Amino acid sequence: MMASSYNAKDEDGHITVSGPGGGTLRSKKPENTAFKQQRLPAWQPILTAGTVLPAFFIIGLLFIPIGIGLFVTSNNIKEFEVDYTGVDMSSPCFNCSQNFSWNSTKPCTCTIPFYLDQPYESNVYVYYGLSNFYQNHRRYVKSRDDSQLNGDVNSLMSPSKECEPYAFHENKPIAPCGAIANSMFNDTLELFYNDPNGTRIPIPLNTTGIAWWTDKHVKFGNPGGNNPNLTAAFQGTTKPVNWRRPVYELDADPGNNGFINEDFIVWMRTAALPTFRKLYRIINKKSSMVPTLPRGNYTLEVVYNYPVRSFEGRKRVILSTISWMGGKNPFLGIAYITVGSVCFFLGVVLLIIHHKCGNRNNSADISN
Amino acid sequence: MLRRRLNRLLGGDERRVDSRTIYVGHRSSSTTEAFIPPKFCDNRIVSSKYTVWNFLPKNLFEQFRRIANFYFLIIFLVQVIVDTPTSPVTSGLPLFFVITVTAIKQGYEDWLRHKADNEVNKYPVTVLEQGRKIRKESEKIKVGDVVEVEEDETFPCDLILLQSSRDDDTCFVTTASLDGESNHKTHYTVPDTEKDLESLNATIECEQPQPDLYKFVGRMHIYKNEQEPAVRSLGPENLLLKGATLKNTQKICGVAVYTGMETKMALNYQGKSQKRSAVEKSINAFLLVYLCILVSKALVCTTLKYVWQSKPGQDEPWYNEKTQREKDTNLYLKMFTDFLSFMVLFNFIIPVSMYVTVEMQKFLGSFFITWDKDFFDPEIKEGALVNTSDLNEELGQVEYVFTDKTGTLTQNNMEFIECCIDGFQYKYRDANSELDGFCVTDGPVNKVQEKAGREREELFLRALCLCHTVQVKESTKQSQGDGLIDQVDGFGVDGEVPRPPQEQRGFIASSPDEVALVKGAMRYGFTFLGLESKTMKILTRNNDVEMYELLHVLNFDPVRRRMSVIVRSKSGDTLLFCKGADSSIFPRVRQEEVERIRMNVERNATEGYRTLCVAYKYLSAEEYAQADAGLREARLALQDREEQLITIYNQVETGMSLIGATAVEDRLQEEAAETMEALQGAGIKVWVLTGDKMETAKSTCYACRLFQRNTELLELTVRTLDDGGRRREERLHELLLEYHKKAVQDAPPVKAGVTRTWSSATQDYGFIIDGATLSMVLNSSSESNSSRYKNLFLQICQNCASVLCCRMAPLQKAQIVKMVKNSKGSPITLSIGDGANDVSMILEAHVGIGIKGKEGRQAVRNSDYAIPKLKHLKKLLLAHGHLYYVRIAHLVQYFFYKNLCFILPQFLYQFFCGYSQQPLYDAAYLTMYNICFTSMPILAYSLLEQHICMEVLLDNSTLYREIAKNAMLRWGPFLYWTLLGVFHGLLFFFGVRYLFSNPALQDNGQVFGNWSYGTIVFTVLVFTVTLKLALDTRHWTWINHFVIWGSLAFYMFFSFFWGGIIWPFLKQQRLYFVFANMLSSVSAWLVIILLILLSLLPEILLVVFRKPRGPHARQIAAVTPLSYKHLKERE
Repeated sequence: MMASSYNAKDEDGHITVSGPGGGTLRSKKPENTAFKQQRLPAWQPILTAGTVLPAFFIIGLLFIPIGIGLFVTSNNIKEFEVDYTGVDMSSPCFNCSQNFSWNSTKPCTCTIPFYLDQPYESNVYVYYGLSNFYQNHRRYVKSRDDSQLNGDVNSLMSPSKECEPYAFHENKPIAPCGAIANSMFNDTLELFYNDPNGTRIPIPLNTTGIAWWTDKHVKFGNPGGNNPNLTAAFQGTTKPVNWRRPVYELDADPGNNGFINEDFIVWMRTAALPTFRKLYRIINKKSSMVPTLPRGNYTLEVVYNYPVRSFEGRKRVILSTISWMGGKNPFLGIAYITVGSVCFFLGVVLLIIHHKCGNRNNSADISN
Repeated sequence: MLRRRLNRLLGGDERRVDSRTIYVGHRSSSTTEAFIPPKFCDNRIVSSKYTVWNFLPKNLFEQFRRIANFYFLIIFLVQVIVDTPTSPVTSGLPLFFVITVTAIKQGYEDWLRHKADNEVNKYPVTVLEQGRKIRKESEKIKVGDVVEVEEDETFPCDLILLQSSRDDDTCFVTTASLDGESNHKTHYTVPDTEKDLESLNATIECEQPQPDLYKFVGRMHIYKNEQEPAVRSLGPENLLLKGATLKNTQKICGVAVYTGMETKMALNYQGKSQKRSAVEKSINAFLLVYLCILVSKALVCTTLKYVWQSKPGQDEPWYNEKTQREKDTNLYLKMFTDFLSFMVLFNFIIPVSMYVTVEMQKFLGSFFITWDKDFFDPEIKEGALVNTSDLNEELGQVEYVFTDKTGTLTQNNMEFIECCIDGFQYKYRDANSELDGFCVTDGPVNKVQEKAGREREELFLRALCLCHTVQVKESTKQSQGDGLIDQVDGFGVDGEVPRPPQEQRGFIASSPDEVALVKGAMRYGFTFLGLESKTMKILTRNNDVEMYELLHVLNFDPVRRRMSVIVRSKSGDTLLFCKGADSSIFPRVRQEEVERIRMNVERNATEGYRTLCVAYKYLSAEEYAQADAGLREARLALQDREEQLITIYNQVETGMSLIGATAVEDRLQEEAAETMEALQGAGIKVWVLTGDKMETAKSTCYACRLFQRNTELLELTVRTLDDGGRRREERLHELLLEYHKKAVQDAPPVKAGVTRTWSSATQDYGFIIDGATLSMVLNSSSESNSSRYKNLFLQICQNCASVLCCRMAPLQKAQIVKMVKNSKGSPITLSIGDGANDVSMILEAHVGIGIKGKEGRQAVRNSDYAIPKLKHLKKLLLAHGHLYYVRIAHLVQYFFYKNLCFILPQFLYQFFCGYSQQPLYDAAYLTMYNICFTSMPILAYSLLEQHICMEVLLDNSTLYREIAKNAMLRWGPFLYWTLLGVFHGLLFFFGVRYLFSNPALQDNGQVFGNWSYGTIVFTVLVFTVTLKLALDTRHWTWINHFVIWGSLAFYMFFSFFWGGIIWPFLKQQRLYFVFANMLSSVSAWLVIILLILLSLLPEILLVVFRKPRGPHARQIAAVTPLSYKHLKERE
């Protein structure tokens, strides 16, 4: 009885001890189990030149073809990029960019002609690109209310504090609130094909399929569920300060209006880097016979609404085809080829070393 | 009495006075004095730290006193107060987890203590109050209560024994639960107390509580009918300690003197200074570096942020306006909060989980020591004991081993070998052979060898039988008695000593030497029958029972190195018998007798025996009266009792005449020599610190192969000092310089890692110093000399293969350890010993190891690790220590590495997000990275890794040198790991950065955002750090497989799960389907595979190109690729 109190006392002095210390005094012979005797069966690999060699060759032989494949794929992707910011005097959009004002009611339009020197065979994806636009700024990234965007009625009327200072306007809750929504890209881009015979043929741009499926169908939702009357659903809210139209007038198609407007959803996925591109439209291939965009002259008509000069930003339009690896990016191909060759080269070096040393080792062993 | 009253008048607090007064049975001593019961603490034992009420605040306070917890608390508070990039949850959750787990553990431990306390405190005891027996709970006992204790009960508090049921006013006690000594100790009642306790009117004056178990001074005033009060001295023999158990006695009564927390037991078990390991110091140093990295990262980011913002249009573009509050904030305040925000963002670089993992590793890892069946000793049926788990890795770093000789190097299993009487040698060779010529029979003395006279022989044997404190084991008394009678019969018949029954006779003594001597005397025909009421009975060769009245025992102590008894024979002669070390006896006997015996003593000593000299003297009546008075007076003294006693002892023990000397063999421990050789092979310097004679110790050293035949011995002892015939100090100076020249200056420079002790080419030196000379070296007359000598001495010692320090007092042992510990390079020291005299050095050294030997449990109790035998030290250091060190070193380095490459991408991301403290990873990943995704593999590694298997470690002691001097945690390896972390971090970030130069990564043209970016980096990170550990793992058990692949699988599962649901409690659904979308992108897959491979490539190359070096490389290489199959076969 006293002894136990003594043990408790003993533990008092050094707390960490209690487990192993207290118990053992009374324990009998330690159990002879593999675990307790640190004799668990174990695999003890050692890396030697011999074991690593094949791995290097395999990596080399695998990576180089993959790299070449990637590189070729990336090179086969056709991409056309045009900057329409209007910084230069010569630029068609110079005037628009100069005379920009938030409250102008008359939209400024500029027309940029360009020439595609090769036909775009498959689906063409139209991106807009912004530069020096910090969509990944912390204050910006968090300035949204996902539950409002999900269609929550409470959040619609009382947006989260994170949306400040874009939460309320004239005492009305902003829908959608926050800096991201407020600064949504609102240039309108239209493409025309200048037929050699002089007519401008508008190219149909598909507005759907540009946002993640899960975003459109789960993460984003209009208040009131499938209520077709969005105007009523957004009753009591006001449009974001910089918007020209309220959110329920973004698109005529009710399946692409309100919070589930795909342009809006795309914009709400904040970009990783200050120079980024976002998918704007898709030009679907019409038939297998005709290229989606044949070679020739085109006109890009821009309704210039989005100011970027104030922060020295740039706006671009990118037309690109897509492959299984995504957009054009030579980096992966080059990286794979480089790593593959380095591995292969190291494999050869190792083989030589191994061969020489191995022989020496063997002879040494024999002499012993 | 006057002083006490004065004290009370002056308001003197009892505590401040150095003695306390106790009224036995709460009866006032005199009627004139107003009885004010003094206040003492109650008899409640409180070993618990907390109560229900103060648990939370006190425990939290204790926990936040730890610097790491405090750091995380600060980070958490900053997150709560300042607008920071990550929510307080990210750091609050892990902190909460850690704090809660610790609190639960401590709470549980405290609950156990409460339970144990309650059991003790509520235990019913019998208290005598006004003649009635009252049952009380133990905690209600007050100082002054008279308590009755029955057989086999433990004493509820410290009691002064007043009455015993035994006739001889003694009682027997075992203190097994106090100091582990299971022998019965005799305690005495206060002499001349009245049998009727009720009418006893007495006060006890005794010292204030102090923790020394073996010291107690006090006196008792007994008042009888207005007479002058009688005074009795009280010593430790009257004090029954709480926790001890009453044995062989029906019941006793005693008065409580110390209660509750003031009992010696309670005072003894409070806190022991915590030892910190060198690894922990390294961790702290690394922590500092990482803290600097953290602060500089935050500073760089803050500065750049404001530089960047100063450009127009950057700070507040139209699309990203600040709130009114942000605009209003003072610029400097903003800068400061920005700085704090960056700190918070990067704080994960110092992981809270590292502390938890290190603690867990140490705690769980120490089980392997206790579980090791190789440490199990069938003799004492015990294995190793781990008293602290903080020092596991220190076992792999030992540079100096200080070992005790007796009981550690040797078995402390004494056997009487021979004796010498008046210069004539008597040998007792073998148990079965004839006694070597002793005058066994009454016939004529065997003249082959010259023998001393019968008279002297018998005197010598009587001395052996009387001069000791041995007890005869009581419990087997009956059977012993019968056996004795048979023996006596047989004795007379054949005149030969029938040994076996006698051997069974149980003797109990504090020192095994004494038992050996008594048994030795028994073999020669003189049997000690026991001590009963101050009368010692011995059975002589003629089967006469002689009775001696034991008058005084002049106890043994290590300073005097001798003990004496004063006895009165039947014939009325008063005799003093004294036995002790030769150095302490020779000066006290007539010089002409010394020469004859000295030769024998020295011969015995060189043969490795322990020698004791025996002397006696007759005391005349006056002499005795004087001595008696002196002793009684000294024993009554309250102050300086020890000193006074020693003075009297020294006065009495003079002018004796030497009878003879004994030689007792102390066998070497099993495998002592092999162990020492292995330690030396491991580059560990072994110092033997012993209280024994130089010659004995030297021979033990030779036997243990600490000194080899070709070892040149440098001797610095009283003998060599006296050689020159000059003043000792001068001679000391001269010798030190000479030895220094020999051992330090002329010695070839020692190359690190070269097996010096193995090569016979260079001269080995052994150094011998004795206690007296050491104190001269350490406490030289002049200050300047002292430090000079000390330096010389240290340098000599450090260049010697082994050092022998003999004739050491316990404190000197600690002094030596301290000196070496604080010398240049602060080497890691280890002390190993088994006795109470080793406690000081065990406590002083970095690692203290106790041997569960025969000299009680004190060494074990004060040690950090306890092992049954010396031979276990080899495995403890070479295998366990080595592995623990490698494990924890790798653990620490890996932890820093994995957090560096975790946070570096986050830091780099700041350059791309306008220094806005935008986190790269989602909060869940930030929180879970260290807790779930990467914690288990490293914990499993740090518990199971055996980079070299145990057998190889034990066979090649030189492997121990490879990790010496904290090799794996020095700045070199640290830099390597840090660079690796930086390389990985850069690779992860920029690899993904270039991939994201076109964020359209899916085959449907859709783009990835910033959270996809972070998730790809994080996936690469988790896989890389886990696979890096997999590459480092040399010992793959199923557990390793399970946790490594399990962690990765868990990461995948968690990411799917976390991104698969709209979490209602989250404000932002950042990761919704991000992971799944990432996996649907071929490019993401390809970049992940590429980056993982590229990160690990240099590591693989390094392993391949780094050829095993050193002399044992081939051996290791040959043994290491031990396959699964091999192991099975070994089983």
